[in-house]
Amino acid sequence: MLRLMAVFFRLGMLNELAYRANFWVQTFESLINAIMVLGAVGVVFSQTNTLGDWMVWELTALCGVYFIMLGGINMILSPSLSQFIDDVRQGTLDFTLTKPEDAQLLVSISRVQMWKLLDVMLGIGVVGYAVRQLGDQISWTDASLFGVSLLLGGIIVYSFWIMLATLAFWFIRVENIFFIFWSMYNAGRWPVTIYPGWLKWILTAIVPIAFAVTVPAEAIAGRLSIDTLWLAVGLAGVLLVASRQFWKFGVKHYAGASA
Amino acid sequence: MTDFLNLYKAFLRISTTMMIQYRASGLIWMIGAVLDPIIFLVVWSVAARASGGTVGGMAPSDFAAYYIVLMLVNHLTFTWIMEVFQYRVQYGNFNAELLRPVHPIHMDIADNIAYKLVMTVVMIPAVVICVWLFEPNFVFIPWALAAALPAVLLAFLVRFFLEWTLALVTFWTTRTQAINRTYFGVLMFMSGRVAPIALLPGILQDVTSVLPFYYMVAFPVELAVGRLSPAEAMDGFMIQILWLAAALGIITSTWRFALKRFSAVGG
Repeated sequence: MLRLMAVFFRLGMLNELAYRANFWVQTFESLINAIMVLGAVGVVFSQTNTLGDWMVWELTALCGVYFIMLGGINMILSPSLSQFIDDVRQGTLDFTLTKPEDAQLLVSISRVQMWKLLDVMLGIGVVGYAVRQLGDQISWTDASLFGVSLLLGGIIVYSFWIMLATLAFWFIRVENIFFIFWSMYNAGRWPVTIYPGWLKWILTAIVPIAFAVTVPAEAIAGRLSIDTLWLAVGLAGVLLVASRQFWKFGVKHYAGASA
Repeated sequence: MTDFLNLYKAFLRISTTMMIQYRASGLIWMIGAVLDPIIFLVVWSVAARASGGTVGGMAPSDFAAYYIVLMLVNHLTFTWIMEVFQYRVQYGNFNAELLRPVHPIHMDIADNIAYKLVMTVVMIPAVVICVWLFEPNFVFIPWALAAALPAVLLAFLVRFFLEWTLALVTFWTTRTQAINRTYFGVLMFMSGRVAPIALLPGILQDVTSVLPFYYMVAFPVELAVGRLSPAEAMDGFMIQILWLAAALGIITSTWRFALKRFSAVGG
């Protein structure tokens, strides 16, 4: 699996290196996005000291997590699954299904947009800087909990996207569903705990943004409750199995149009 | 003039039918339009409660009033021109539109109005539900409410012409993502969507009062919720009209230029 991933990463890199000017455009876009997100935090904290008992550097760390997830999704998940949806529509998925590797793995990593790594690195930098500003409050336990919850968040987001993409076997315009995810993802720039109950519920149970961004940020801020962590573990496990089953069910349904 | 009215009637009929046909994607766009103001409404309300009830003289109920009206005004004045223009030129869809005997901007205006007409079935319930959920403190000042209507119309025209002109950059380069992102970033802060302008840092506030962004969203909003004096309202209208004139000037002068540059890719 790792070998396969390395191959696709190298391919993605070669592809992007062919368009080097794109690097500057992407850097610029990442920076603009970062300025917007962090600027909004700055404006809010120029008027108040806490936001729902989050301090300014804790919220900055949350923005960092937001960038890491954003970069991860845009680097692999979004381009690969868009390609997959196209393949289903055009019948070219046949070529993937006949390959001697696991088809779900292949469609999940088939396209890599290398420059989006910038967002991930930017996010790591922001988290690192915020943690230093928070001072010695961060213990090694918090740091490892952060790693674990980030991984769990990644698994949850991945399973969620795979399940949405699998819908492409039945419906034609599934890309639009991803647009719903992105509209909701904007809400992840702030801790979901500040939102009113109904919105918190949507962002936790329907679109799992709470687990993708807020929970890892809670871990780094040393405010993660053990219950939340177990919930994340449970949800990640359930979603991973469920998405796998759903994918298999979808593939069976696929009839291969033309090609 | 009657020709013009007939033209718009025909365009609107086509556009409305199309928007109803593609209602699912249209509805999906609305999620962001409704959710974004709610996010900032909540953020500022929470901040106000944390700092003893008000922030910059505004209580949670004032933020609720501001952002619910903003949700409506931003919906009425927004355009999606800058996002679609790239595809138009890149895939050559624009060729057909250029062959029509009228300026292509008319079809875009009709499309925009049609989308908003169709989506009122979503927007009005959204506003009603938000009023019920967030208990806004509406201050009804009759003259200000009456003045807000032309202010929204002017805001729409300024925003439409300005964004349409910016979209023409596509004729020179089809890689407009960076320009669009920058524009949207500036717009978020300067049009009062991230925060009411009074809560922005001082330097930004000074710049906002001369740039067009404030007048494309926040000005009609602040007028409607009764935060402006008659003198401030008059100033606002003056600047709106100046920017409208400027935008019209720019659009007519660049259009001819841009057309000469146009070479369809594909088609």
